[in-house]
Parts: sequence; structure tokens; C-alpha cells
Amino acid sequence: MPLTDAAPIVTRRIGNARSWTLSSYLDHGGYQGLRKALTMAPADITAEVLTSNLLGRGGAGFEAGKKWSMLAKPRPAYVVINGDESEPATFKDHMLLENDPHQIIEGTVICALAVGAAQAFIFVRGEFALGIERMTAALNEAYAHGAVGRNIFGSDFSIDLVIHPGAGAYICGEETALIESLEGKRGFPRIKPPFFPAAIGLYGAPTIVNNVETVSNLPWIVENGGAAFAALGIGRSTGTRIFSLSGHVNRPGNYEVEMSKVSFRDLIEDPRLGGGIRNGNKLKAFIPGGASAPWFGPDQVDLALDQDAVGKAGSMLGSGSIVVMDETTCMVRAAWRITRFFHRESCGQCTPCREGSGWLDKIMRRIEEGAGRESDLDLLFDVCDNIAPGLSWPPRQTTICVLGPSIPSSITSGVRMFRDEFLTHVKEGACPYG
Amino acid sequence: MAEQTENKPDTVTITLDGKRVTAKPGEMLIAAAERAGVYIPRFCYHPRMRPVGMCRMCLVEVKGPRGFGLAPACFIPTSEGQEVVTTSPTVKKAQDGVLEFLLVNHPLDCPVCDKGGECPLQDQTVAFGPGETRFVEEKRHWAKPIALSDLVYLDRERCIQCDRCTRFADEVAGDPLIEFVGRGDSIEVNTFPDQPFSSYFSGNTVQLCPVGALLARPYRFKARPWDLEQVESTCTMCSVGCRIAVQSSSNELTRYLGVDSEPVNHGWLCDQGRFSYQYVNSDERISSPLVRKGDELVECSWGEALAATAKALESAKAVHGPGAVAVLGGARLANEDAYAWAKLAKGVLGTDNVDAQLGDGLPAELVLGLPRATIDEACAASAIVLLAPDIKEELPVLYLRLREAAVDKGVPLVELTPQSTGLSRYAKASLSYRPGEAALLAKALVDGATGDVAGSKAAAVNGARALLGDNPVVVLGRPSVAESAASITAAAAALAGLPGVRFLPALRRANVMGALDMGLAPGILPGRVSLDAGRDWFSSVWTTLPTGAGLDAAGILSAAAEGRIQALVLLGADPAADFPDRQLARQALAGAGFVVAVDAFLTESSRQADVVLPAAAFAERHGTTTNIEGRITSLGQKIVPNGVSWPDWMIAVELAARLGTELGFETVEQVWDEVERVAPSHAGITCALLADRRFRDGVTAPLGAAPPAITGTGSAPAPRPALLAFSGEAPAVSLPPLDAYSLRLVSRRTLYGNGTLVQHAPGLAALAKSPCARANPSDLDRLGMGKGGQVRVRSNRANFLIDAEPDPGVPRGSLSLAFNSVDLEGSDAGALIDADAVVTDVRVETP
Amino acid sequence: MARLNADNEKRARDLIALYPESRSSLIPMLHVAQEQDGWLMPDAIAHVAELLDLTAAEVYGTASFYDMFFTHPVGRHLVSVCTNIACLLNGGFELLEHAEKSLGVSGGGTTHDGEFTLEEVECIALCGEAPCLAVNWRFFGSVTPERFDTLMADLRSGALADEVPPHGTLCRVRRSVGLPAAATPESVTGPEVPSAPGGGRPQSPGTT
Ligand SMILES: Cc1cc2nc3c(=O)[nH]c(=O)nc-3n(C[C@H](O)[C@H](O)[C@H](O)COP(=O)(O)O)c2cc1C
Ligand code: SF4
Ligand code: FES
Repeated sequence: MPLTDAAPIVTRRIGNARSWTLSSYLDHGGYQGLRKALTMAPADITAEVLTSNLLGRGGAGFEAGKKWSMLAKPRPAYVVINGDESEPATFKDHMLLENDPHQIIEGTVICALAVGAAQAFIFVRGEFALGIERMTAALNEAYAHGAVGRNIFGSDFSIDLVIHPGAGAYICGEETALIESLEGKRGFPRIKPPFFPAAIGLYGAPTIVNNVETVSNLPWIVENGGAAFAALGIGRSTGTRIFSLSGHVNRPGNYEVEMSKVSFRDLIEDPRLGGGIRNGNKLKAFIPGGASAPWFGPDQVDLALDQDAVGKAGSMLGSGSIVVMDETTCMVRAAWRITRFFHRESCGQCTPCREGSGWLDKIMRRIEEGAGRESDLDLLFDVCDNIAPGLSWPPRQTTICVLGPSIPSSITSGVRMFRDEFLTHVKEGACPYG
Repeated sequence: MAEQTENKPDTVTITLDGKRVTAKPGEMLIAAAERAGVYIPRFCYHPRMRPVGMCRMCLVEVKGPRGFGLAPACFIPTSEGQEVVTTSPTVKKAQDGVLEFLLVNHPLDCPVCDKGGECPLQDQTVAFGPGETRFVEEKRHWAKPIALSDLVYLDRERCIQCDRCTRFADEVAGDPLIEFVGRGDSIEVNTFPDQPFSSYFSGNTVQLCPVGALLARPYRFKARPWDLEQVESTCTMCSVGCRIAVQSSSNELTRYLGVDSEPVNHGWLCDQGRFSYQYVNSDERISSPLVRKGDELVECSWGEALAATAKALESAKAVHGPGAVAVLGGARLANEDAYAWAKLAKGVLGTDNVDAQLGDGLPAELVLGLPRATIDEACAASAIVLLAPDIKEELPVLYLRLREAAVDKGVPLVELTPQSTGLSRYAKASLSYRPGEAALLAKALVDGATGDVAGSKAAAVNGARALLGDNPVVVLGRPSVAESAASITAAAAALAGLPGVRFLPALRRANVMGALDMGLAPGILPGRVSLDAGRDWFSSVWTTLPTGAGLDAAGILSAAAEGRIQALVLLGADPAADFPDRQLARQALAGAGFVVAVDAFLTESSRQADVVLPAAAFAERHGTTTNIEGRITSLGQKIVPNGVSWPDWMIAVELAARLGTELGFETVEQVWDEVERVAPSHAGITCALLADRRFRDGVTAPLGAAPPAITGTGSAPAPRPALLAFSGEAPAVSLPPLDAYSLRLVSRRTLYGNGTLVQHAPGLAALAKSPCARANPSDLDRLGMGKGGQVRVRSNRANFLIDAEPDPGVPRGSLSLAFNSVDLEGSDAGALIDADAVVTDVRVETP
Repeated sequence: MARLNADNEKRARDLIALYPESRSSLIPMLHVAQEQDGWLMPDAIAHVAELLDLTAAEVYGTASFYDMFFTHPVGRHLVSVCTNIACLLNGGFELLEHAEKSLGVSGGGTTHDGEFTLEEVECIALCGEAPCLAVNWRFFGSVTPERFDTLMADLRSGALADEVPPHGTLCRVRRSVGLPAAATPESVTGPEVPSAPGGGRPQSPGTT
């Protein structure tokens, strides 16, 4: 599949000198989208976003325009931007927050304008100290520039924006946990249905939650029109998207490419992108969309970076992070490490996730350390099945939020794809990879 | 009402396991199913708290747009046409899975767990569980039980993180002092280090805990559930009348559990009530009658004690007339006891010097004569006006109900108070008044204020007035015992002028309302009639009647102090501790000719008696009691009386016999039959009605226009007298001027104090607070004691040293001293108060 | 120090003013407390509770949910080594092992001199430069054992003091705008804009 020469959108200013400053931002066309949006009716902004078919970049891939249209009537309404990025191997928002904060602010204000929000909050992962500093500095500048605050650019639209630091909990990336956390509470996800944030969100008010990358696309979409965005990509997967590539590739990094027109193989092998697997090794498996996603093997490497295609193949594009594992990788260890992540990050609210994650972690660790039993493989599946009944895709769940059914992904993929390797661990009491 | 005009259907029909079932719209599936006879297992769900859907035990299949899916029945509201399956293999697998997960980190130490035998986790594991554990790893470990407070211990290894205790503390009690700490499977419930779970309601968490994680310290290792027998009863530690289950093992009380009574306690209890069973078990109970031999009280037979008592009563009456006999107390007795004693005093001895209250309550005509509201009516009123003591301290479960009304239902609370209370933070308007000026403020609230009044700003008063609506309920009691009853009566008279107003009495002693209903107050007769109005009627059923209205507690004590009372009967009353003017009470006990104490314990007062008659305690006898609403509920007997103690009514019967009269009953039921027959307010409330399970929450007297469908057995000779109605007349109160150097005293009770019962319950006695004077920071600043410290408090009665603390909740110009602190010998509010004065002014000096 | 000092109490009150409901300022406020003392001291928790009309238990329970808050003392430098998937594949565990040996403490431990607390963390979103770590949440990528040792030496000597403030300091830029009490936008004098610490940032994005 040939790479396209579509120009990057959200990363187009990264690499500019002091790209995080207002002056640099303005020198490169900053705040033009907002100026244009201020001349439009809010419904028309939403219409452009609907036309663009911009899919959420946070993981669930829901159409942003559709979400906005579902916002319940009672006011006030709030906009919350999700910059909690903690999905393992995802590092695109981190880059955007540090290097193009004004773009996020501009996108946020456009979103708030379109939905008529009373206030907007940008929730930044607490660990991103530099990101928080850059965002805060940018906000100060943006206020001074008149891009945020009262009567933005002389219009009658006013909005206050708050940079809200998180404090270290993966689950706060889940939108309802994020809202709880923003309300100053423990990050326990809320049960949905019945109430989605667009109906009952922050302070019980209708709330739009969008990812940092999602809103970073808005200035461009408003400036260039939704149709221009929709012209990129194929089908529902429109525009360009940042993919975080890591693991055993020669050139790990964030790459913004046109959706659906680039394959995993392109991403991994193209010299301008991943540059191939290190040491010329062979591909053993890859994770197509963050630690929550089931794994793919070499057979799926020619799939396009297309949300629906990946979904149909039994996994997800998720947060857009691809982890490449070469032939030297111990799959038991890889799966165990991801399991341990979920164990550590389970909020603890619901029983199957709280207890199941710990149990799975312990079994996986036992196998990895060579103390496993053959029956453990069935046990793993049965425990997983009690968290995500049927172990089907998309998963069903006995839990409150989808962290629960994400836990089995690496275990079931690992065992299904590399059963022999698991059995070797059990039988030989050791890891063949040392 | 706005909600009712909306066109919502009353019921919806759902399909539950193939059967059509009707449910209330919006009610949670788990509750609808339960009513339809389908019990869905659960741990975190509790019908009295917000659902959280956390434990996932109640997963069932609910049909959605994409077919059946698992959903928590505790979090899914019913809706028309909903299809639910609770028994499919998918449901069974999910529930078994949750159960197995819950046991992963559970220590499985059932044999040594207090909860063993009544543990839903244990029961469900036995009933449905997978049998053997597949979990071979190391379990989570926590240090074994930690003390969350003096009363509650926590074994964190057993905790299943259901959020019940923490939700209760936050949502119901309003004391979020226990919280989830940590994340994931290392979540524990805990307090902030060094800040214990000192909530008046902490014991509820033990009852709520679905496993054996939370333990009541007084109950730990005391009994196994299968050894316990139980009877339902009503708590008599205060006058709210919470329903309880009394449990015992080998004739010893082991614990009380809250029973969910819809109109009253919703299953909750305060810790004072919950742990009060300890006093019944106390070694210090009087187990035999005592007579005075010189300086000592010595054990004697019932015959000797009764003879001595009868002789004293008879000679007092014979020599000095019926007015030389007086009866104080009775507010802690059962209705039947109160009636028997009222009949003995008024109908046999002919004295009207009878008062169940000890000068810390309100006049009977006022309390009985005002239009009454139930707790439910108060909670659904247009506004709740509080002119009362600190409800949290004196009627704790009423506090929970009122707090819920304010917080969850948005009923405005308007408080008229001399000092902030436990409800102040929930009040829409908290109007403070200077002691003695309650009536001024009440009048302004009714008529509107044109200027500042009694220390409150006009705007605040008028703002509060705008909140009242068209059917407010006034919760009425004595905000401070250092302010005369007359002052509050005048205020109540003013509030009675509010359109649509009703009153909920906030008098604290357990059965004070029953005692008043039974006639234990001067000027009234059983059944809420005045002595004058009831004279003809009662002449036909009683042998004698007092000739005219007698003395109230203050009058009785003054007369005794002056040597005009020859025989004083104390019915479970301890005036030396409870009467606001301690000096007068002591003089009275010394000055009375002969003192008879009917009591379960020796108190400061009963120690001075000439005869002490041992009374059966709570749970040692059955009968009925009446709460603040006028709700009559049963008292159950669980154990046999201590020693040779008798129920109070029986003592009255025996005394009457020795005085040559038959009271006319041999069983408690016969007493009640007579009450139903003769007490006008109680007509139709028969034993059969009270025993009917349909009325297990009790019935309020008088029965409404449509009495329950059970006919009374008694038929009384007509015409019955009319029930008391408050005349609306207010006593004139003249307030002495306050000099610039004095502070006006406010004195209230706290929950745990020097009371006899609390002091004989070891778990509670330790919680009593030590004495402390509170004043507005600016008043202490004036003394150069802004941070507090020791001060000398002086009234024209007494002076003493006491610790003072700044408290912005006390208005300027006032000093607050708890009335029932422990260890106060001689240095308490009671020493300062003059029963004759409207207010007590004190000076505070640096020592 | 324990309770918030006057300056920090003022910051706390400014934070309350930013939100429609005061409790929302809880986490930012705890960051202020942690900046002041390096960890959340009991009196600071109690002070935050007072400011928000919460119980100390509510604040404590909330804080305990979050990995960044410490309710016990930690070193001046919190060294957070990632071992999650991308780092695992690129030697994260080996780096952690080296760090343990080099600092003489195991995961969660603090060196005797109180200089370093070492912890193993979940993904810190620097996977393009695995293995990586953060010191007081200032990020360092592609860390070899040698680089690790140099880094620790520089931290100890104070050579990196400008880039890596003491533990607890999250954001050195103060919000100067939009506060009820704050200056009007016109009077804001050039907001400070920090540049990257010496940790090989920003990451170069790829383009097609
Ligand atoms: C466990 C979990 C973690 C998540 N973490 C993030 C995250 O770090 N950042 C993010 O934007 N979305 C995250 N999400 C997705 C959000 O819930 C939400 O879908 C998203 O923020 C919506 O924004 P979008 O529509 O613009 O993608 C997470 C979801 C789950 C279940
Ligand atoms: S699934 Fe896990 S993370 Fe999600 S609510 Fe339940 S316990 Fe919390
Ligand atoms: S009872 Fe429904 S989830 Fe616990």
C-alpha cells in the first residue's frame, strides 16, 4: 500500500522553534480557525464537524459531531478535554500538550462555542509536568491575546478555561471517572447506562468529553471545512491521525498519517516511519491499539489503519498506539506485564475487575516464573470469561466500565496465539527466552 | 403538587422470568423483583441508600436494543415492557463468578467470625458457591481488627468493598469519617489517622456490613447468631421510638438491631440506643427492695417495703390532705405503668401534684393541645421550623430523618436557636435569639420583622419567613434548660398563629408523651383531657379525683423544700440530676417527709429515699410506649426481670391494694383494655389492634376519622369529654435587663452524658464528654482568652472554675454549658440555674 | 511546615474560585500542599479539608486513590522508572535493576540521605524513547545504565536544579488570568514560558 502525501494536520507545527509559544503559534496561522468559528452559528460549526466525520481519538472512536448533537438541553453544559493519556504505549497527547498547547486551547474554545458550554476544563495527566506548565503558560498568553476569557476576539462569546492537573490514575482517562476526579473525588467510573456524560456529566450537567487530539483537529476543520477533512481517509475513518509506534522498531515515534490508506506494515517498515524491525528481526506480534487491544500477528500486518477494518478483525485501533514485538519477545512476559498494569490500575470499584485483575496477575506471574500448571491456562480463560463473558469481540462485561473487559485482551491473545510458548513455560518451569 | 399533576403512570408491567409483574416506574429491578417473590442476590444494594452497582452480585439479563445483556438489577430502573431473566445459565455463571471473586481475598475465617451464621457471603457460598477454591495464591493481608472508634472495630481482610458503611456515614449520617482508602484490590475502609469514626450512628455500619468486617466492640465474641432469641420492641432511650429487635442469649441481652419502620427509623438506630442494652445487664441494678435503716438503705422483702410505703402515703394524705402527696417522673415507664400510677395518684390518693417532666420540658396543655404532626408529615412539610434542643444530641434518629428531608428532599429548615446545633449546617435559615427572647423572634417570624429582633437581623427573619409555605411543621422543645418553659410556651403560642401549622414535640424522655397521655401531669387526666373537662367522665370510672389542679415539678420541689410534701414518689426520676435548678432539687429531697423511689438503679436522688422499690427494666416486661408523634408501639419482653424486680404497674396495683383499693387489673393487657375504654384519645386502640401485624409500625392516637378495620372491645359510657386544645394564651414573660458584663446562659444536653442509663452501659459511659464552657470568640477575646482556657463562671447561685472554648456557634453575649456533662460535682449548669428565673445570667472571669 | 502557609493558602483560595463547585479544587490544592512539603503532611490534609468544608477522611480517602500523592515522606527526587510494555521490550526491567543496584534501594525505597526515592511505574507516555524514566515528573528518555548514573550524579550535585525542581513541584507557571481577584488581561506582563528540560524532548514527530 503506497503512502499518501496528505499533509499532517495536528502535528504540522511541531518542530517549529518554540512551537508552544503564542508568537510561534500566531506565526503559523494560529487562532484563525477560532476567528472563523466566531463568525459562524454554533450549529454550523457542529455541522462541519459532522461532515468531517471526525472520530474520537481517545480510544472509543465515537463521532465527535454526533456526540455534540446528543448533548442534553438543560444548561449549564460543560466541555471537558481529556488529556489524561495513560494507555500503555500511547504518547501522542503528551507530545501535543507540550508542543502545541495553543492548538488544544483553540480547539477547546471552538468546541465550547459549538455546544454553548458555560466553562471548559482541560484535564491533563498529572505526571505531565512540562505539559501542564506549557498549557498554563499558553492559557495565560491566550487570555492576554483575547482568545479565551471575556468577549473572545471582540465577539460576544465568553468562556473561561481551566487547566486541571490529574494526580496519577489510569482510570481517570475513562470519561466518567475523569468527571468524578474533576469533581474532586476518587476516580470511580459511573455506571452507564443509564446516564452518559452528554446527559448527566460534570456536576450533573450535560458534558462533552473529548480527547486532546480530537479537539486539536478542530481549528483545521473549521478553517478548511469538514468536507476537506472527510476527503482524507476512507469510509468512516476520515482525516489523518497520529499513531504512536513503539517496541522493536528502528524509528519509534509519533506519526501522523492519513487514515485507512496506510497499513500496519507501512507504519512499521516504511523508512520514513518505523523504518523496520530492529536488527532485521522478524515480526512476532503487534498490539494495534494500546494495551487494552487484543494482539495481532504477522497475518494481520497488511490490514489498513482503519477503525472498522481493525474492529472486524477482532481488535481495535483504540488509542492509536502500535507496539511491535519481534521474534525475541517472551509473550508470557509481555502478557503478564500488561495484566499487571490493569491490576495496578483497576479502580477497585467492582468485584470482577478488582479481584479478577489481581488473580490473573498472580497466575500470569506464576507461569512466567516457571511455577505454572497446565490447568492454569483453562483457569486463566475461565477467570477472564467471568470478567468478559464469552470472550468475544467487542467484549461483553460483568463490570462497570470497559477497563474490566480490557484485562483479558493480552492474556487471551497470548494464549491463543502462543499456546506452545505458555506450555513450555509450564512444562520446563522456565522462560525459553531467558 | 407539581409532581402529581404530571401524567405519569402509577405502575409499569415487566416480564420477569417469563411472568408478567407490575412494578412502580423507576423503582430498581432488584426491589420490584423482591416484591414479586424473586430474590436477586446482592451485597452492595441497600434499599435505604443510593445504589452504587459495585459488587455486581445482582447481575441479571435485561433485554436491550441488542438483545439480552448482563446488567446490575440494583441499578436498572424498571420500565414498561422490560424483559428480565434472573435464572439463566449466563446469570448463574456471572453470579457464581462474582462470588468466587469475592472469596479470592477473603480469609474464610467463618468459625471465628461474629458474623458466622448470619453472613450473606457465607450463606450464598454454601447455597450457590463453586464449592472448592481455585485460588491458590497468597491472599491480601491486613493487620487484624483495627479500632475505627470506641464502638466499632474493622477487620479489613473480611471487607468486600461494598461501600455500605462508607455510604451510610456520608449519605445517611452526614459524618463522612470513614472512607475508602487506596485503590484497586488494596482498597481498605479507614478513617483519617487519629480522627476516629466518632459518629453517633456508627453502630449502624456494623448492622449494614454484609460480612463480618465491621464489629461492634461490645458484642465481639459475645454470642453466636444461632444461639440468639429475639423479640421486636421499641427503643426507649429517647422519645423517637425506633423499632428494634432485642436479642438475648441465656437470659442476658446481647444486642439490639434496628428494625426498618417506615414511618419512624428506617432501620437506623443511634449508638446510645443500640448499645443501651448494656445497662439492663448491669451488675449495679437494684435487685431487691430497700428500706432506710438510719443512714443506710438495706435489703428487705417486698411486703416490708410496700407496707412502709403504703403507710407513709396514707398518713401523709390523712394528716395533711392529698396535696401532701406528690409523684414525680414516669416519663421512662411504659404506658400501662404510667396509667396505673396516674390512677393510683389521682384516682385513689386524690393528689394532682403529679408531673412526669422534671422542669426541663413544656407544659402538658401545650404539648397535648397543639395540632400534632407525624415525623413523615414533618419531612413532607412546606418547611420545618425548629424551636428545639439540639435534635442531633437528644433525638438522634429524628435528626437523621430531618437531615434527609433537608438534604435529599429539599425541605427548608428554619431554625430558631440560642446556639448553633447539629442541624444548623443543613438549615436554610438559622436565626439566633438571645435566651429569653424566643417569643420575640417567633412573633417576628409570624408577623414579619421591621427591625432587628432578639439578635437576628430583620432581613434574615423575613427571608426565613418567606420559606415557610402553607403547611409548616414546628419541631418544638426546650432549646435550653436555662431559659424558662414560659418563654418557650410564649414562643410556641406565637408560632401556633402560622397558617396550616402543626407541631412535632421534641421532648426527649422515652415515654414522656405516653406519660402525658396517661395523665401524669398536673391538671390533666388520661386521654388528653383537662381535669375539669374530664371530671364527670372519670368520676364514673375512678373512685376519687383531685379537687383542683396541682403543682408541676418546680412547684412540687418548692413545696417539698418548704416541708409541705409529706410523701414524695419518684418514678424512675432523678431530680437531683435532671431538674434544671439543682439547688432546689436537693433542698426538696432533704425537705420531703418521706421519699419513695421506684427505680432500677440507685441514683443521687434514690439514694436519699426512705424506700426503694426495684422496677423491672426494658426488655424485662412487655407493654406499650408512645413516641413524639403519639405513635403507640409495643415493648417486647425478652428476659426475666432482674432479682425480684416488678413492672411499675404491678407495684402500683400492690400499693393500691395495701391502701384498700383495687386498681382493677392483673395483667398488662387488662391495664391497656382500661386505657382504651377510658382514655378519650385512645378509643379504638385495642390490644388486638396493636398486636395485628398490619400495624407493626404502631398506630398514632387518636385514631383518625377512618379507624383501622378492627373494632374495639371496650364500650365506654358516653359522653366522652373533648380533647385538650391549646388555648393560645401565652404567659407574660418579663425579662431582666442584661448588664454589660454578664453573659446569658444557654444549657443543653449532649447525647452521652451523666444519665443513669448511659453511665451504666460501659460502652457508652466512656463516650461522655468532660465539661466545658463555650462562648463566642469575641466574648472570650474581651477577656483576653481568645484561645480559651480556664475561667471562673459566676452566677448569684454559685461559682466555679471550668475550661472555656471559643465557639462561633454561640452568639455574642451568651455562654453555653452542657447540662449533663460528667464529673461536674458542684460545677455544672444546674448549680447556676434558678428555677424561678426566666434566664440565668453569669459572669465569666479570668481565674 | 504542615498547614498551608499564607502564600499557599491564597493559592488554594484562588483555586476554589476557578471552579463552579469548590471540591473540584481538591486535587490541584493537594498538589500545592505536596509542593510545599514534598508529601502530604497530616496537618496539610486537615487544612485542605477545612478550606473545602470536607472531613479530613474525605480528603485523605481521595488523595489515597492517586499514585502521585504521598502520605509519607519521600526523597527530594522521586525517580520513576517505567517497565510497561514498550519499555519492557527495550530494557526497562534491566534499567530498573540497575537503578536499584546503583541507588541501593528497591522499588518504593528511599536512599538514606533522603535524596532519592525509587519507584517502578506504569507507562509514562515516552514510549518512543524507551527505556525511560522521570525524576519529579521531568522526563528522560533512552536511558542507558551509564546515563542513569550520570543523571543521578547531576541531580545530587544540583547541576539539574533548574530543570528538576524538588519533589512535589508540578507547575512553576502560575495562572495569572481569569481569576476574580486576578489582574485584567491587559496588565498581565509576559507570561513565562518554560523551555524543555534537558531530557531529549521534544520528540520529533514523523510525517508522511
Ligand atoms: C480505562 C479507560 C481509559 C481511558 N483513557 C483515556 C485517555 O487516557 N485519554 C482519552 O482521551 N480517552 C481515554 N479513554 C476514553 C474516554 O473514556 C473517552 O471515550 C474519550 O475521552 C472521549 O473522547 P473522544 O471521543 O474525543 O475520543 C479511556 C477509556 C477507558 C475505558
Ligand atoms: S471495571 Fe475495573 S476500573 Fe472499571 S469500574 Fe470496575 S473496578 Fe473500576
Ligand atoms: S447489589 Fe447490585 S451491584 Fe451490588
